[in-house]
Amino acid sequence: MNSFRLLARKPWTWSFVAAFATWIVTILFTGGASTASLSQATLTFAAFSVIVGLGQMLVITLGPGNVDLSVPATITLSGTVALKLMDGQDNMILLGLAASIAIGLVIGVLNYALIKFLRIPPIIATLSMSFLVQSSAIWYNRGLRVKPPEALATFSTSSTLGVPNTAIIALLLSLAVWWLLDRSMFGRWISAIGQNAFAARMAGIAVDGCRLATYVICAVLASLCGYLLASFSGGAALNMGAEYLLMSIAVVVIGGSAVAGGNSNVPGIWGASLFMFLVVSMLNTYGFGAGVRLIMTGLIIICVIVAASRPAGSTR
Amino acid sequence: MTDVSATGPVVSIRQVRVEFGAVKALDGVDFEIRPGEAVGLVGHNGAGKSTIVNVINGGLSPHKGEILYEGEPGGGITTARAHGVRCVFQELSLCPNLTVVENTRLMHAGLKGLGWRKRAHSLIRARMDEIFPGHGVDCLATVGSLSIAERQMVEIAINFVNVTEDPKLVILDEPTSSLDAGLAEQLMAYVRRFVRAGGSVLLISHILGEILSTSSRIVVMKDGRVVASRAAGEFSVKSLVEAMGSVVKETARNAAASGTSGEKVIDVAAAKGSSTPFYARKGEIIGLAGLGGHGQTTMLLDLFAESSSKWFPSAQKPMAFVAGDRALNGTFPLWSILRNLSIGNLPSMSKLAAVDTSREATHGEDWKSRMGIRTPDMTNPILSLSGGNQQKVLFARALAGSAAIVLMDDPMRGVDIGTKQEVYATLRREAQSGRTFIWYSTEMDEMRLCDRVYVFRDGAIVAELEGDAVTEDNILAASFSGEAA
Repeated sequence: MNSFRLLARKPWTWSFVAAFATWIVTILFTGGASTASLSQATLTFAAFSVIVGLGQMLVITLGPGNVDLSVPATITLSGTVALKLMDGQDNMILLGLAASIAIGLVIGVLNYALIKFLRIPPIIATLSMSFLVQSSAIWYNRGLRVKPPEALATFSTSSTLGVPNTAIIALLLSLAVWWLLDRSMFGRWISAIGQNAFAARMAGIAVDGCRLATYVICAVLASLCGYLLASFSGGAALNMGAEYLLMSIAVVVIGGSAVAGGNSNVPGIWGASLFMFLVVSMLNTYGFGAGVRLIMTGLIIICVIVAASRPAGSTR
Repeated sequence: MTDVSATGPVVSIRQVRVEFGAVKALDGVDFEIRPGEAVGLVGHNGAGKSTIVNVINGGLSPHKGEILYEGEPGGGITTARAHGVRCVFQELSLCPNLTVVENTRLMHAGLKGLGWRKRAHSLIRARMDEIFPGHGVDCLATVGSLSIAERQMVEIAINFVNVTEDPKLVILDEPTSSLDAGLAEQLMAYVRRFVRAGGSVLLISHILGEILSTSSRIVVMKDGRVVASRAAGEFSVKSLVEAMGSVVKETARNAAASGTSGEKVIDVAAAKGSSTPFYARKGEIIGLAGLGGHGQTTMLLDLFAESSSKWFPSAQKPMAFVAGDRALNGTFPLWSILRNLSIGNLPSMSKLAAVDTSREATHGEDWKSRMGIRTPDMTNPILSLSGGNQQKVLFARALAGSAAIVLMDDPMRGVDIGTKQEVYATLRREAQSGRTFIWYSTEMDEMRLCDRVYVFRDGAIVAELEGDAVTEDNILAASFSGEAA
């Protein structure tokens, strides 16, 4: 009972409750026939939202106004460049990965340079950066459709011990980010900045260094996601990142992290990512049309946010 | 005054108990205040002063006991306001994005209909002129653009405005903590006029001189109880401090100061508009004096900005900063006491970039006992502490590190006299072991503890006083020089 109450107090509990309920409802409709395939698909697709969501979460932790809107363009550029560079050859896989990470590094640094030196608010800075990045992707890609290297495609679409490989990678990255946020000094610093940037500065925290690192981590995670996504779906497309703009922010919010910054959690990203995929597949299973499906998705998300934002057992 | 006090009390509370978990904030308190009375309320941090204020203004309903407003039992903020109870909060409660006039409207729902701005403007301006003649505050400016002293003046004036009902009891909780001596005297003079006209005031202040000169009766609280309630004339500073339960210590200068021998740790050339360079030696306590808001805080912020990199974290910090305006640049509101304490000194508690939580907890317990932070558990939220105890946490944060220079931005605001004495002793001890303190304070007593004092006026240093030359007269003379002529 006590541990249950402790669980009810965690901000991320609601996202898991919602994900589990949606999973049950979907399975009930098909009479249990689809359990394995639904779970597999959910884990696979949720993995991509988790990877970008983790980065977005770190940025949102930095406090009011901090958000990275260049995520979708970064995904696209990273995916297109990596695939074109690898050109379907297995021995180029690591080089492609390195290129993809480098793209993330550069975009992250440029994002923060705009924010810091031109004093543009993050929301505008990252949005304008995303136009530059997206245009580069278009210019670079120019109608090319390159297939990913055979080994990489196989890896990203197969499973180990029944768990999709993409989900395993997302889990490893989550562990790393969890350590960073909950255990390391860096996590304390960005949480302090998110609560009161002036106080953080006067406590001797290297505020600009921390913010730069956070934007870079976010961009690198987005470019990793682009690399994996392009390999998984058999090729890069210019709109491949589009749905991750809202997705990356939604999973942070539904996962129970504070939108105002300073208080974030990693488990919620998983709960929310699973939930977001399951809602769509549930509505698909029930055979709703596209319009109804979008409306329902919106309504369900609102309900979960309302439930999750009620401070369970919080003090005053 | 006997004929006025013959009428019933404005507020009386009987056998009131308030508990926060295991902490008894009020333990069976009887208290009343009559028209024409100015009651001074004193006590240590955590003695229950703020709690009693919240019970009277209706913000907190007691777990036991009753409240009577002008003889009628009741509770809640609306009832309290209907009976003319007003409260000026210690933590300023104005909306920074609204103008002074709009804030007046928020406080006084009676200001409605066409032309409310005009009426509100003339009301608030008249009251500001009456309380603080020559204040120079633009009532059409947004509150965020005002200095902390100006905000405090506005907040006080708003509560004395009468729109639909007259203020009968005004609670002033540390009203002068951000005001300099001149403004504080104006306010106290107004309070005396207000009381003579039949109003009542409940005055809470850690500046005992103010309490003694302004109030007609003084109530002393200790550990959630009223331990004394007598006419103000029967108290002296010494007896008042004794009643609160702490012994008056003679304020001794930093005797073993290294004098002129220590090496200079800070050396700044004279700024523009000033002929006095600024320097500080190892082991010195340097005071920054002058009227509030004349560049002292800016100087501290500049010194700190030069000492610490905004881009690279470093384990060795040459300077630490103790905030006075806690909510602005001191505390992290979402965090526990422990995390608020340890954030200034994480590298020393970490292994391979990860925080060692057991070492952090030990560190927390150590400083909890060293500073006497009153909490059952360091993992409680920082906002569960009283203002003075939050301040102790900020002190501990600065002293726990290895910083050789500690900058203090009027940190004793709202700290009780017992804690102050403890902190003064700590400062002297730390100075003797070679730390340098640069201390901005609006309180004269604290300047007398310093080895050297720089007096500020209009953003520049106008005088440097050393040793026995550090007196109230000299500081005041330097703060005002040139203006009188």
